[in-house]
Amino acid sequence: MSGRLQFCTFFLGNYFLGVEVERIQEVIRYQAMTRVPLAPGVVRGLINLRGQIVTAVDLRRRLELPEKSGDALPMNVVVRHEDAVVSLLVDEIGDVIEVDEDSFEPPPDTLQGSARELVRGSYKLKDRLLIALDTDRVMCFADGHST
Amino acid sequence: MAQLNEALREFLDEGTELLDQAEQDLLAIEKGGAEPATVDSLFRCFHSIKGSAGLLGFPEVQHLTHAAENVLGRIRDGKLAVASEIISSLLRVVDAVRKMLASILNTGGASDHHPEALIERLEKLLLGGPPSVQPAKRKEASASTPASTSTTPEPEPAQDASSSANTSSSIRVGVVQLERLMNLVGELVLTRNQLLQFTLSHEDPAFLTTSQRLNLITTELQEAVMKARLQPINNVWAKFPRMVHDLAQQTGKQVRVEMEGRETELDRTIMEAIKDPLTHVLRNAVDHGIESPERRRTAGKPEEGRIDLRAFHEGGQVIIEVSDDGAGIDIDRVRQRSLEKGIVTAEQLARMSEREVMALIFAPGLSTAEQVTDISGRGVGMDVVRTNVEKIGGTVDLQSRPGQGTNLKIKIPLTLAIIPALIVTTGGDRYAIPQVSLLELVRLEGAQAQAQIESIQGVPVYRLRGNLLPLVFLSRELRVDAQTAADLTNIVVLQAGDRQFGLVVDQVNDTEEIVVKPLGKHLKGIRVFAGATILGDGRVALILDVFGLAQRANVVAESHDRAMNERVAHAQAEDQSRQSWLLLRAPNDGRMAIPLSLVSRLEEFPRSAVERTGTRDVVQYRGKILPLLDLSRLLADPRSAQDAQAATDRETLQVVVFSHQGSDIGLRVEQILDVVQEKVTLQQTESRPGVLGTAVIQGRVTELLNLQSALRALDRAAVSAQPKGNA
Repeated sequence: MSGRLQFCTFFLGNYFLGVEVERIQEVIRYQAMTRVPLAPGVVRGLINLRGQIVTAVDLRRRLELPEKSGDALPMNVVVRHEDAVVSLLVDEIGDVIEVDEDSFEPPPDTLQGSARELVRGSYKLKDRLLIALDTDRVMCFADGHST
Repeated sequence: MAQLNEALREFLDEGTELLDQAEQDLLAIEKGGAEPATVDSLFRCFHSIKGSAGLLGFPEVQHLTHAAENVLGRIRDGKLAVASEIISSLLRVVDAVRKMLASILNTGGASDHHPEALIERLEKLLLGGPPSVQPAKRKEASASTPASTSTTPEPEPAQDASSSANTSSSIRVGVVQLERLMNLVGELVLTRNQLLQFTLSHEDPAFLTTSQRLNLITTELQEAVMKARLQPINNVWAKFPRMVHDLAQQTGKQVRVEMEGRETELDRTIMEAIKDPLTHVLRNAVDHGIESPERRRTAGKPEEGRIDLRAFHEGGQVIIEVSDDGAGIDIDRVRQRSLEKGIVTAEQLARMSEREVMALIFAPGLSTAEQVTDISGRGVGMDVVRTNVEKIGGTVDLQSRPGQGTNLKIKIPLTLAIIPALIVTTGGDRYAIPQVSLLELVRLEGAQAQAQIESIQGVPVYRLRGNLLPLVFLSRELRVDAQTAADLTNIVVLQAGDRQFGLVVDQVNDTEEIVVKPLGKHLKGIRVFAGATILGDGRVALILDVFGLAQRANVVAESHDRAMNERVAHAQAEDQSRQSWLLLRAPNDGRMAIPLSLVSRLEEFPRSAVERTGTRDVVQYRGKILPLLDLSRLLADPRSAQDAQAATDRETLQVVVFSHQGSDIGLRVEQILDVVQEKVTLQQTESRPGVLGTAVIQGRVTELLNLQSALRALDRAAVSAQPKGNA
């Protein structure tokens, strides 16, 4: 029997994305944010996570997807990265699901542009496709992306 | 195994401390003679190291310290006089043991040093050094212990017992542990702040009392933990006498170091940061400051130079002063060097004040040393000192008088972890400004707001008490939209290095104790932010880096600095004729003007407040007695005597307060009309005593009052007791 992987899943528009469960610290609802002037455009602000100051990254902007319509507030997926934690802002949270390593495929063709580079691949589920994010690459924007 | 390592670590830690102590004792003996207590302390240091070294199996250390102990034993028993040779040999022992400990630390095992030569030397001292002149103090001490005749010191068990009893009142705590405690307290402070906000909306008395107590306890806990992190500055200073001693010998000078305030306490982190700058300053003082004994003699100074180290607390800050009585800084040499190195142009130099020239010492690449020595003079000096001190939010101030010495004053904050900050709002967001950079707040309202902000070659400036203050608009620097009323300007006057600037913000909120937290790596590159903090309502606020902000806005950049200087000089030239004037209605309905810069304040007093002492009218003002003068009397104008009478009959008196020879004086005037800023050209000079001349201000002929000369005349008159008599 091949390995099973656990993914924490979330939605961005029509996309169903996931990050390995081990990388996730926690998932929390929308938090008040303090914007950071002069910061790269993908940084939406800073949130107070029980006394720890966490940078919140707008995942839509990071993946160069259109801005969200409607006024539902984004959720925070708090990801451990190197020694710090960073929050990824997503539209909606899904379940934690188990996938078969065998079902791994390259990213779908519908994913275009730089978003494609931030994705490790996809897993074919029964009724949909789970896109696995490469969080290391997602976090790598300190240079060149500043607005 | 782990236990052994711990014992070893303890031995090394303790050994280093003991060696520091031994070195201090040795230098104390060199300076002030062999006080029994000092010799005892020294003896104990070597003895303790010997004991532990024997126990852990480091025979080299053991033998060497034993030899030193023997020498000290003889001194203690009055059998050996203290000679400079003994002191330097024992200092060598300290160095050698230090090296051994270092190699034990590095290699983890036994050291391969061979201290035989040194031991031999000590033994020679022991045998060939009969008591030549017995120090007087020694006699009484030895009289009390007449029985001890043996050369090997034996009364040890008692000392061991006492020293272990002493140490039981304190324990060693790892730095990591302390840091963790500090972080937790930081969290607690933030949670407390948040809780206190909730109390505003509650009325339950039990809840209110409990949170009040929590508030107090948190504050106390914060202070206590902060205190635990404090160390006396002596931890840094302790090595200075030795360093100066060595440097002085190297350079053939005689230097004495005096310390005051060794017990002044500082946060660990700050201590680390000032160690190197202080060392550098001290090296400079010995190498460049103090002259050779011959030169000092010629200059009529004692041959021995003197360096004073002072440390004390003042207003939540620590002040460290290093002064020497050496040659001082040759200002012409600074000028010459700055020109040679291209730091300034001749033209700029000509316009600089002495103070500004002196500040060039801090420019990178400038050294006034005649010769590059291995001690100092390589041009990487004072700029590093200043940068390091500024990095921790401190300031450096240098004063020097040729032939008399140099005084360097370093001001640094007590701690970096929890700091007081001013909270301001711009573009709807709050920002924290560290209080150490804050000078004052200026609020401009109404029409004057716009009028008082001028533009000099495209740079907005505000005229603050005659000085041009470059303005930086926070909203523009951060590229956010300002949300402020058009007729209101809030200026936060800040100090960045040796420059001041005004930061224009939308709103000034309050001061708060904040806990400084670092920004994530994605945001580290933004130099206008020093970190972030969590405010009382739980929201995150960014902490402004005042220096970074000033650099971004170009108010401190070198080139800009120059340009600004030029502009200021230009503006000041223009200022000679354009200045602020206080307009008064003079006796006989005339108009008079006084330069506003001479005026301290404008006041009104009720007629009933005026009292008389002798021949003068006075009022009680700010806890002092303010003498009142009449403008008419000042002018010695007989025509206006009636008007003066009329003025004194009024219900309220209008008084212009200014300072004359160190004390306040009130000038009673008919009426204060206006404050104007105008280019004034004297039309006619010295029309009458006390008047500079006449000019046209606001389209009307106005006399310019010469306050100084009028006052001098009055002083002279006062000597003849009856000032009115000369009318």
